[in-house]
Amino acid sequence: MSEKINIMNDTIQQNKLAVFTEGLSLSNLAYSNDLKQKALNILNTLDFPTTRQEDWKYTRVGRIASIKANQTAHNSQIDLSSIRTESKLLFVFENGHFRSDLSSSDMPKGVVIKALSRCSEEELSLVGSLVNIENQVFTAMNSAFATDGIYIQIQPNEIITPSIHVLHILSGDNTASFTRNLLVCSDFAQAHIIQEYITQEASSSINNVVTEIIVGVNAHFTIDKIQHEEQGNFAVLTEQVDQKKDSTFTINTITLDGTLVRNNLNIAVNGTNCTSNLNGAYLLKNNQHVDNHTLVDHKVANCLSNELYKGVIYDKATAVFNGKVFVRKDAQKINAFQSNGNVLMSDDASVNSKPELEIYADDVKCSHGSTTGQLDEEAIFYLRARGLSEKAARNLMVSAFISDVLDKIENQTVLEKVQLIIQQKFAWEF
Amino acid sequence: MIKIENLHASIDGKEILKGLNLEVKAGEIHAIMGPNGAGKSTLASVLAGREEYEITAGSVDFDGQDLLELSTEDRAREGLFLAFQYPVEIPGVSNVNFLRTALNEIREYKGQEQISAKEFMVRVREKSAIVELDAKLASRSVNEGFSGGEKKRNEIFQMAMLEPKLAILDETDSGLDIDALRIVANGVNTLKSSKNATIIITHYQRLLDYIVPDFVHVLYDGRIVKSGPKELALELEEKGYDWIKAEVDAQ
Repeated sequence: MSEKINIMNDTIQQNKLAVFTEGLSLSNLAYSNDLKQKALNILNTLDFPTTRQEDWKYTRVGRIASIKANQTAHNSQIDLSSIRTESKLLFVFENGHFRSDLSSSDMPKGVVIKALSRCSEEELSLVGSLVNIENQVFTAMNSAFATDGIYIQIQPNEIITPSIHVLHILSGDNTASFTRNLLVCSDFAQAHIIQEYITQEASSSINNVVTEIIVGVNAHFTIDKIQHEEQGNFAVLTEQVDQKKDSTFTINTITLDGTLVRNNLNIAVNGTNCTSNLNGAYLLKNNQHVDNHTLVDHKVANCLSNELYKGVIYDKATAVFNGKVFVRKDAQKINAFQSNGNVLMSDDASVNSKPELEIYADDVKCSHGSTTGQLDEEAIFYLRARGLSEKAARNLMVSAFISDVLDKIENQTVLEKVQLIIQQKFAWEF
Repeated sequence: MIKIENLHASIDGKEILKGLNLEVKAGEIHAIMGPNGAGKSTLASVLAGREEYEITAGSVDFDGQDLLELSTEDRAREGLFLAFQYPVEIPGVSNVNFLRTALNEIREYKGQEQISAKEFMVRVREKSAIVELDAKLASRSVNEGFSGGEKKRNEIFQMAMLEPKLAILDETDSGLDIDALRIVANGVNTLKSSKNATIIITHYQRLLDYIVPDFVHVLYDGRIVKSGPKELALELEEKGYDWIKAEVDAQ
């Protein structure tokens, strides 16, 4: 059953958020009604963020606000062979609705994978337990209006060898898709998940995604997040990660397209002896805008975090990197490394890079670095003097630059797929 | 092979080459010596096509082509090779990867088939042996973390891989210890044939103990002011450049 929501607001004429949410339906999913109601209440007090807010200083969401949002489910014809997955565990969502016709029905032992719409209240008891919605327009909207998403639970001690591939398709005009995912990698379990975001004949549409991730004691969990939604569309994605002790969590965020993409990656390292790997590559052209906000919150001692984000920015595109690392007072013996590198390929390309380290412990090893520049012209001349065309020389250098990050992708199928997309979009060779 | 006539070149409005003439024929090795600031490296840069230099007069004929009209990459594809005085480090770009790309671009330019992976690897093994370059170095990032000697050997390795018609060695001997010098010289001598030619730009006579030039030229104040047989190099080593400067200034 769905009910129409009318957010009451005195300044409804000015409040773009109220206009945006006017026709949206409250979530039917089985997670707590309190969360939905709380989210609605929060939305009632907010509007879309402006650049006066520190978190959104470099990213304007006006174009998202002006979408005439609808939550229509589509059943587009999708050629799955173009997805190039080897995974027999493929799960497809379109506009935040489950496409059971395109999804696998086989389930390996040791794992529960299903759409949130098919989950019980009990299974979804953890939804909302991690992510913050206070003052957060996008996570609050998602919490109120989520239509569906993937629920994956790796059982304790299970090692799931086939990769689990979740494909999120955005289609149609002015679609507002609200996708909610819950991923639980239980104690001593191990798994690899591909979260891929694409479009199919979409324009002026947005995918608002919230993924809550729990990495259990001594669990090893890897996510490859591949974003290549076509230009003319928007994406705001939040991953909220809870790492228990002795666990390793790796996420590779590869952003290859999209007019406006905002990634919020928040990792709470709640247990000791954890390793957290955050790798990101973004390749932008035209007027694209990609904003990566990351937060690693070291709450306890003896942990390691490695963060490497690299971008290549063409044309009039803009990249934003904001990487925050917290080391709390009692979190001694933390090794936290962060690096952000950017190559500007045109005079009109721009980058706003802001590393932020807040360290309250005294026995830690932390570093951060941020570099932005152009390709080394001397190196280009050197390559040309060996017979490479100028274009080939530049391509060779940028692909080498970004390969630092791409090499972190351990799954060969994913790596080859990413390289192929890059070859098609940017004509680079690997 | 190459005929340089009355070449004038300047950078930032300052004239460096002031009417340089030089002809090199196939099968020959020419050494160009001269004091600091004479224009030796400028000559190498201009021939390789560095865009910072403005050619104000003169011509360069390279096997019937107007070299100055060609882009840097087309000069390389036509068979001109510059061994850099300061080889550039290119992090992340593997030596062999880039050489395969270079080789294939050169082949494509000449309308030839791409080199097969097998053939290429055979060539890498064979040519890296000539300069005693560790196969591991051959596959590492271009010059990254190489010692000075390794960088220079890598230049000769690339030259061996690309088999140019004309190689210009810009101070390839500078900074080399005697072992590296011997290896580099041995590489150049091994690659010498009746169809290619080499121009060695150097400060020191020492390299010429190992690579015997057919001609030695003295470059001074932007021109070649004296040419002679290999013995000229010994004379320069012994007497320095002052007598030549005096000779030129007297004219």
